[in-house]
Amino acid sequence: MSAPKPTLAVEDLCTYFFTKSGVVKAVDKVSFEIGAGEVLGLVGESGSGKTVTGFSIVGLIDQPGRIVSGSIRYKGEELIGASEERLRHIRGNRIAMIFQDPTMTLNPVLRIDTQLVEAITAHSDTDARTAWEQSRDALGQVGIPSPEERLKCYPHELSGGMRQRVAIAIAFLNKPNLIIADEPTTALDVTIQAQIIYEAQTLCRKTGTALLWITHDLAVVAGLADRICVMYAGRIVEEGGADNVIDRPLHPYTAGLIGSVPSHNRRGKRLAQIPGSTPSLLNLPEGCAFRTRCKFNDDTCLEEPEVTHPAKDRSLRCFHPVSRGPAP
Amino acid sequence: MTAFAIRRLMQSAIVVLVMSVIVFFGVNIVGDPVDMLINPEADQEDIEIAIRALGLDKPIGEQYLFFLKNAFSGNLGKSFIFGEPALQLILQRMPATMELALAALFMAIVLGIPLGLYAGLRPHSPFSRITMATSILGFSLPTFWVGLMMIMVFAVMLGWLPSTGRGDEATFLGVTSSLFTMNGLSHMVMPALNLALLKISLVIRLTRAGTREAVLQDYIKFARAKGLRQSRIIFVHLLKNILIPVITVLGLEFGGLIAFSVVTETIFAWPGMGKLLIDSIQQLDRPVIVAYLIIIVLIFVVLNLIVDIMYSVLDPRVRLGDRKA
Repeated sequence: MSAPKPTLAVEDLCTYFFTKSGVVKAVDKVSFEIGAGEVLGLVGESGSGKTVTGFSIVGLIDQPGRIVSGSIRYKGEELIGASEERLRHIRGNRIAMIFQDPTMTLNPVLRIDTQLVEAITAHSDTDARTAWEQSRDALGQVGIPSPEERLKCYPHELSGGMRQRVAIAIAFLNKPNLIIADEPTTALDVTIQAQIIYEAQTLCRKTGTALLWITHDLAVVAGLADRICVMYAGRIVEEGGADNVIDRPLHPYTAGLIGSVPSHNRRGKRLAQIPGSTPSLLNLPEGCAFRTRCKFNDDTCLEEPEVTHPAKDRSLRCFHPVSRGPAP
Repeated sequence: MTAFAIRRLMQSAIVVLVMSVIVFFGVNIVGDPVDMLINPEADQEDIEIAIRALGLDKPIGEQYLFFLKNAFSGNLGKSFIFGEPALQLILQRMPATMELALAALFMAIVLGIPLGLYAGLRPHSPFSRITMATSILGFSLPTFWVGLMMIMVFAVMLGWLPSTGRGDEATFLGVTSSLFTMNGLSHMVMPALNLALLKISLVIRLTRAGTREAVLQDYIKFARAKGLRQSRIIFVHLLKNILIPVITVLGLEFGGLIAFSVVTETIFAWPGMGKLLIDSIQQLDRPVIVAYLIIIVLIFVVLNLIVDIMYSVLDPRVRLGDRKA
């Protein structure tokens, strides 16, 4: 017997955008796996390709973008090249998504109940009454008070936090095996953020749903994820267990990100920052994309670093790891 | 809601009043109807009798007050030419104009929305490009020229359709209209299409623009991420959002269809209000002109009201009335 197939296995995924000014390699040779019930944090700056990775998985890349090569396997089933009908059946049913801005994701002219019920009936023959009851229960589960009344509301009658709860409820409706959450707390207040993360975490534990949590916020991911992938300029530059990566970052970029998180231990001291800004994906520097911002930069970096495994369960794309690897 | 409607009606009463002043005095400046109406051979005595009979001997201000007094009791004056009440003259011709306008509106909706939707969803397909190019023609070609060309091609050269008149009428559910006979329909096709051409182009462009904007919105992407069927995304999620501006514009444009069917009615000799107006202007038949314009203003006001109400039905974020936000 082979090992159980992971819920999602992404291998050498390349998603390019063919624009008038050139080919944008938004996602370049990205590989990762998510096991059942696992929480994977995908961390990176804006424009690093996190969101495109998420949309690639569910096959929602629009023109001029295209998945060029690679493989995305859901429980061993290849999704790249799958029929549109098959993908539709997987979207929202087996793999659900939560978006960044809750004020934009719900259709403004449809009532909440319509938007929940349709998500159920799109994937099963559930009758309207049962679907409505399931919707009501789903709202209750994400901590929305008096869900029956809320179901009759239009999105604009709810606050941002409430709307994101509704979006989460929709994502969990069909008990998917994987949820891709694309910066779901970025647009929310800190207090609401904590509640939303808590709701998502609890539901995932309860239902055994795997979670791909896309964010630029290391602090959020530190407490939530089992493992972390750090993305830079379309590539995953470092991967490992969450605590491991945060305590002992290997890639200079990860170290820079962690160093730039404000903390009360360093009160009054100058906040560390990564010099420069994200390079344009249209003309990335040759070799390591982080080269131009890296203080360890030398001639070896002109070549593209391959993935290495400096320790068990750690992978890295860098010639000059920051520390000597994790202590045993 | 009720308060909203009442306030709206008060505002429109003022509009009607101001408009009547402008038209009443305006027409008076343009020319003297007496010159048009009375046989030049008539002697002075006959002329004066005629002038007195029409009430034109009094100063214009007094004439206006007299008109206003009658207007409140529903009497908008008698036509100088026909000697019949102006209102009655117009109402007789209204059904013909209404059915023409409705047919044009219908064409604008059933042709404009699907074409615009298709052009918005597949902006790069050859069919979409042809549609958009044609809609520019629909916008820019003058109505009278297109009307004449249509008559030349379909009536004169091909002989498929009759060029003038309204055709047979029939009564269905208590409504008499030429929509209910084949002959009537064949008479209607060309004038209605002529009148609708501009509106079809308008709806195509509006729908396309709305679609292009909406497909980029997160709620459409989210609907796709929910795994909904394509048809549901387009006809529920997308269409309900883009219909808001389309309905608003169409509602207002419907008033325009009625008011400005003048050109089409003249070309196709359609016996509607527009043709009556043109004739009345030529003969300086002031009561008919004033009555016509008052009716048009009222139609616009009512349409605006309907559009506002429709708006609140379509867009839940809009609530009519004085409730505080």
